[in-house]
Amino acid sequence: MSGTFVGMPAFPEAAHDAVNNRTLRGNLRHATHTIRAKRAKAVAEVSDWAALREAGKQIKDHTLRHLDRYLVQLEESVTAAGGTVHWAADADEANRIVTRLVKETGETEVVKVKSMATQEIALNEALEAEGIRAYETDLAELIVQLGKDRPSHILVPAIHRNRGEIRDIFRSEMGAWGRPAPEGLTDTPAELADAARLHLREKFLRAKVGVSGANFMVAETGTLVVVESEGNGRMCLTLPETLISVVGIEKIVPTWQDLEVFLQTLPRSSTAERMNPYTSTWTGTTDGDGPRTFHLVLLDNGRTDTLADEVGRQALRCIRCSACLNVCPVYERAGGHAYGSVYPGPIGAILSPQLRGTASEIDASLPYASSLCGACYEVCPVAIDIPEVLVHLRERIVEGGPVTREGAKVVLKPAKGHAAERAAMRGARWAFSHPGALRAGQRLASRTRRFHPRTLPGPGKAWSASRDLPEVPAEPFRDWWQRTHGGKDAK
Amino acid sequence: MSSRDVILGRVRRALADVSDDTPYEQAVDRSYLREHGARSVAETVDLLAENLADYRAIVHRCTADGLPAVIAGLLADRGSTSVLVPPGLDGEWLAATGVPRVPDRADSTAHELDRVDSVVTACTVAIAETGTLVLDGGPEQGRRRVTLVPDHHICVVRVPDQVVSSVPQALLRLDPTRPLTWISGPSATSDIELDRVEGVHGPRILEVVLVSGRPGAVTA
Ligand code: SF4
Repeated sequence: MSGTFVGMPAFPEAAHDAVNNRTLRGNLRHATHTIRAKRAKAVAEVSDWAALREAGKQIKDHTLRHLDRYLVQLEESVTAAGGTVHWAADADEANRIVTRLVKETGETEVVKVKSMATQEIALNEALEAEGIRAYETDLAELIVQLGKDRPSHILVPAIHRNRGEIRDIFRSEMGAWGRPAPEGLTDTPAELADAARLHLREKFLRAKVGVSGANFMVAETGTLVVVESEGNGRMCLTLPETLISVVGIEKIVPTWQDLEVFLQTLPRSSTAERMNPYTSTWTGTTDGDGPRTFHLVLLDNGRTDTLADEVGRQALRCIRCSACLNVCPVYERAGGHAYGSVYPGPIGAILSPQLRGTASEIDASLPYASSLCGACYEVCPVAIDIPEVLVHLRERIVEGGPVTREGAKVVLKPAKGHAAERAAMRGARWAFSHPGALRAGQRLASRTRRFHPRTLPGPGKAWSASRDLPEVPAEPFRDWWQRTHGGKDAK
Repeated sequence: MSSRDVILGRVRRALADVSDDTPYEQAVDRSYLREHGARSVAETVDLLAENLADYRAIVHRCTADGLPAVIAGLLADRGSTSVLVPPGLDGEWLAATGVPRVPDRADSTAHELDRVDSVVTACTVAIAETGTLVLDGGPEQGRRRVTLVPDHHICVVRVPDQVVSSVPQALLRLDPTRPLTWISGPSATSDIELDRVEGVHGPRILEVVLVSGRPGAVTA
């Protein structure tokens, strides 16, 4: 399946390299801590946060439980509004559909607004292979694309790059893609942004085809919603004659009113703003305003398999706010690339192995890319219990069991490779040098101890066949000490 | 079998364990607030002004009679040599300026719009709690691209009737069949080391004029 970063080492090796990269760690630490602090403030401003979070969870859960019905309703309303709906079971099919639609326009270039779904299916590469050039227009995506790099964060994809690096990339690469960087470009953010503005404006003004994702789709009205900051989204959604939106089937909400929940929780959770600078909504096509032709490609690509897992399906509630990345101690040190997928951080650790299956070493190691400290669950605006899903997936990988792949039920064999094990070991080493995370992790380990394997997988199997692994105690030692000694002398 | 049938079939099989048939109306607890805090009408308008300014929009306030002079002043201050005008814009608003007007025509190209300095529009609703203006493409707001390509956007908000407190209240007033643009401050990015920079692609300058009263009305 495409979407895997080809040749990626499993998480532990990738993380090991990343942790040794000082620049990367410095950039990441600065960024995640800044966003984290701002977010807490933005959330504190709304007194009903807990109720909004619960409502968001309920709306998404309800939709997922009746997804077939809402998909059909959405198809009807988009069609009635003048759009055309296409269904894509996997990445290849989605890419084929989009390529065909672009070719039918006779164009050989498209402008794109940042979209996780099109990254997931590697659309740019598929278009390139057919002679169609896709221009990313989000400033960070432009930096990533010009730098022949990969995004490392959902919200700030170039978070791993500092201003000096960005200037160097602009100077050396812009010319090959269009308007070159201005003479004497310095590394001030304002100048860099201006160079990007000039470079991209040339593309927007001549673009005939735009490609987007969407944050939400409203079943009742057929409305699509894109939330952004820079205006490149508005450019891609309104200037071209043809608009093609590729959207995961889980992005549906039933009614227009439901947006009142997510338009409050999403901006505050992601950019820590009361509202992001631009939100666009469109319902099919409008005479004389915006594209004359609108195509919606509904993407499965592992989502229905994820839906089939009773514990794991909650990952489909995700609204991609990225809050869980910014609080994750593992992400902060390892960076987004170590996850080897377009979805990094805690959500990536549960979503990628479900969308793609755990056949590859990287996917099998992802559920171990966590200290189970629970911070991701606390911040999640749709209350996804990421630690619960992580433990569930670890159990699946170690013990095997029934899973759904491409719509068919299969029984997963216990992991033979060493990836999971090695990841677990490294995870343990990391956790033991970080007592805070260990404490939180132990609490969860106790709660979930019935899931822990009694025998070791891989080469340890023979050893453990005649021995039981030590059981995780019902209560972590530290908690017991705290409780019985009131924390006295605990230090 | 079509992919549509494949996907819908997979969804149905995936949900075989689900027996929940709670209707939508009862599935969601809507006990969250319709607005945050109690405010008088004037306070709501003040909050709008405050939050707009907090997001680096430049806020001006005037009466309806003073509006033409304010707009003329803003265009002069920016040194604008052309101003884009949506078809249904109240002609009076531009009565005091001599800056050449560019009508928004259906066949004008993006390149033509790119040569215009400023644009003046109305809005359909403004949200105080978030500092947001919503445009719905109506005749006095123009097509979506007119407020996007020029670098300087002047948006006129009639207060208090176009102002609501909150996002839930705004959605009630909006028509989802129209293309909507929600604007909270000028275009911005924080992609470079999280330093906020205005105007990567959209207008770099957003000026909001809060207008009270009707023209010719006697104001105390
Ligand atoms: S899992 Fe939750 S916190 Fe993480 S990106 Fe998704 S919605 Fe946001």
